[in-house]
Parts: sequence; C-alpha cells; structure tokens
Amino acid sequence: MNFDALPRTDDAAQARLHARLVADAEREGLLDVAYRTVDTPVGSLLLAATPLGLVRVAYETVGHDAALAQLADTVSPRILAAPRRLDATARQLDEYFAGRRTAFDVPLDLRLATDFRRSVLVHLRDIGYGRTESYAQVAEAVGNPRAVRAVGSACATNPVPVVVPCHRVIKSDGSLGRYTGSPQAKQTLLGLEAA
Amino acid sequence: MVLRVCRAVLGPDDAEDAWSETFLAALKAYPDLPPDANVEAWLVTVAHRKAIDGWRADRRRPVAVAEVPDRGRATEWHGDLWDALRELPHKQRLAVAYHHLAGLPYREIAAITGGSADAARRAAADGIKRLRATYTGEETA
Repeated sequence: MNFDALPRTDDAAQARLHARLVADAEREGLLDVAYRTVDTPVGSLLLAATPLGLVRVAYETVGHDAALAQLADTVSPRILAAPRRLDATARQLDEYFAGRRTAFDVPLDLRLATDFRRSVLVHLRDIGYGRTESYAQVAEAVGNPRAVRAVGSACATNPVPVVVPCHRVIKSDGSLGRYTGSPQAKQTLLGLEAA
Repeated sequence: MVLRVCRAVLGPDDAEDAWSETFLAALKAYPDLPPDANVEAWLVTVAHRKAIDGWRADRRRPVAVAEVPDRGRATEWHGDLWDALRELPHKQRLAVAYHHLAGLPYREIAAITGGSADAARRAAADGIKRLRATYTGEETA
C-alpha cells in the first residue's frame, strides 16, 4: 500500500502549526522557555528567555543543543522556538554589533547563576562600554577581595554573555583571561568597543 | 509523524486542530512523562483521545454544514487517498493509520483503541485490502 499522497513532511503545515502551538502555549502560560538564534560577528548565538526575561545566551562553541538541554533540565522542558519573545534582545544585539548601542535594556532572569555568581553578574552590568576591570577589582567591588578565582568562575559561567559584559573583565597584567565563547570572541568584543 | 496520522484519521481539515491540541496537551503533560516513555506511542494515544473528543463534538454539531469556513489551511493534500480512507470503517482506518503510518505494533494499537492485538491486525489487513481496491494512487503514481 502506497501512502505517498500523504506527505511525510509538510514544511508549510508544520510552520503554521508551530506558530499556532506557540500562540496557544503562550496564552495558557505553558511557554516556559522561548528561544531563537541570531547571527553575529562572534558566530551564531542562541538566545533563550523565560517570562521573566533573558535567561541564556550561548555561543556555538558551547553548543546550542547542550544549552537547550541544560535549560530543559534546570528551568523547564517546556521549550519552544518562539522568536517574538526575543525580538528586543535580537534587535539590541544587532545594534550593539553595528556599533550603535553601548548598553542593553532587556529584562534578565539570572536564575542559572547562584548567589555569589549572581552578585558578580550584577556588578558586571555597571562596567561601562569600552571599559575593563580586572578580576581582582571585581572581587573587591563585590565585597570579597580574596575571591578572585571565584570571580573568574562567575565570569566563565555567565549564562548571559555579551548582554552581561563578562568580556570586560581581564587579568591584572592586561592579558584577556578566560572567556565562555572563545578568546577570539572576547578579543572581538573588546575591539568593537575600543573602536 | 503525528500530523500524517491525524490527516489519515481525520482528514485534511480537522487534522490540524487535533495536532494542535495534541501538542498543547503534550506540553502540559511533558514534565510528568516518565523518562523511559515511548514518546511516539504516547503522542498517538493523546491524539487518539483528542480525535475522540472531536468526533463527539461532531455529533453535537448541526449536520448540514453548507460551507466550511476557509481557514487558509490544508490545501496540501486532498483527493483520492483521503476519499478512500474516509470510506473505511472507523476501526480499520485507525488500525491502518496507527500501524502503517505511526509504525505502532498491534499490541500498542489494541491498548489505544481497545480490543485485542489480533483484532487490530485483522482491521489493518482488511483496511489495506479495501484501500487497494478503492484507491488507485499507487498504480498511477
């Protein structure tokens, strides 16, 4: 028996149904995590948001699938590709990479960072565009001058890089130090901001 | 897969409603799904329940609907195959769709539709035999 008249895949119908599912899920409060990707000079970035705000920005080097799997485990498995919730973030990233934006204005959901790391991230938002601080300066600023290594870990595990500028934290000797994306990505971001 | 099964069971128009309701229900239930669950069988089971809801609603609906409102969907496949599937007895259509399109074993089909695995096997075989007689798609393709 030949069922070829019933297409195995039907992209138009799937796109229509996906959009409808996103709208239904949003209306019923079931869209716990919405995500999309954006292309940038530092590669494709995965953006994910809860109803509270941006929860994850992931570099390709980290792996988009790995980041989504982590969100499913730690936030909720109710995850859908739903670009609209991330429109503002995507637009602001475009402007940032075009050199037309120096600060991000989107709500954040920092639940993936635990207490100390969250306090570091909050401080990072105060390091202005084009400026840098050393890991030691950040440790001092968050009231724990001996926690230099912990600050390094907080930066390396920043769940929302670029938007929360962990790339602006460098070593005391001026070398770049670790970065969640790649050393080249950190260089690119700092170069963009220095221009 | 689920859309294909819904289309075979419900036809081009109602299939999309069933698909949407199935995945919305899946989204609701997802966190409680056991990690070793057979997701495809489970989705077909949910779709089946949604389809039953649909048939019940159909019976309450006024019979003569002169014109179905155009919802801008499902122009992709109409025609001979659906005409032939629609003519099958209900049990045969389900068994054909769940076995030949969803790939479920008869044992699981029986769990979804009720009855025995043997009855599901017979219903699928009878359905296919009848389809071969009424649907000429494969000869002309």
